[in-house]
Amino acid sequence: MKVSEIIDQLGLKVISGEKGLDRGISGAYVSDLLSDVMGNAREGQIWITLQVHQNVMAIASLKDLAAVILVKDLQANENTIHHSDEEQIPILSTSLSTYEITGKLYALLNKQ
Amino acid sequence: MELNFSIEGGDFTQAGQASSRVKKVLKQLGVDVKCIKSIVIALYEAEVNVVAHAHRGHILIQIEKDRITTTIEDEGPGIPDINLAMQEGFSTASKKVREMGFGAGMGLPNMKKNTDDLQISSVIGKSTIVKMVNYF
Repeated sequence: MKVSEIIDQLGLKVISGEKGLDRGISGAYVSDLLSDVMGNAREGQIWITLQVHQNVMAIASLKDLAAVILVKDLQANENTIHHSDEEQIPILSTSLSTYEITGKLYALLNKQ
Repeated sequence: MELNFSIEGGDFTQAGQASSRVKKVLKQLGVDVKCIKSIVIALYEAEVNVVAHAHRGHILIQIEKDRITTTIEDEGPGIPDINLAMQEGFSTASKKVREMGFGAGMGLPNMKKNTDDLQISSVIGKSTIVKMVNYF
C-alpha cells in the first residue's frame, strides 16, 4: 500500500512532503522517544508520534521511513515542514489520538 | 577517506548532519545496507549526545577498505560513571531535552548494539572521547 492510499481511508491531512506520497508502506511504528525510533523502526514504516520538531524528519530520513503521522492536530514546526519537503517524506496530520489512529492504521494495513 | 564535522552544544538542528552525510557516502561506496543502517544509528546517537550534553564537539570519520572508524571528541562535563551511563534507561538529560523525546537513556545502548567496537574515555569536567569501529 502507498502513502497516498491511506490518506483518504484514514481522513489524514497532507501537511508537507507531497512528492513522497507514492512511497510504499511496509508497516508502522509508534513512539515518542526518538532513540527508540532510531533503534527500532524499519525502512518503509509509517511513524506515528506527537513530536513536531525537526529532529523527527532527520530520523525519518535516516531511517528511510515512508511518512510521519502527527496526532491530535499537532502542528509541525516550520523547519520540520521544510525538511519534510526537502527529503520528500510526507508529514500527515490527524485529529485522532495515537490510540485511535494506530488502531485504524493497523486494521487497514492488515486488511490487505 | 576522511570526513570531519563540528558540532555546537545545544543546537539540535545540527543533530543528524554527520550521519546523513556518512549514509550518502557509504551508499555511494556500495557498503552493505545492513552495515550502513547500524553505523547511521550509532553515529546519530553520538551526535545527539554532543548536542544534548557538551559545549562543542568534533567528529572524525575514517573510512578504510574493511571498516569505518568514528571518533567523537567533545568539550563538556564528561561522564563520571561510564558503566552507569551504559545502562538502558539511565540519563542525565535536561527536562527540555527529554520533552523533545531524547534523554530516554537509550543512546549509548543503541551505540553499543550497533557497533563492533565501542570505546569511551572521559575526563570529568573536561571532555569525552567516543571511538566506534564498524567492519563492513
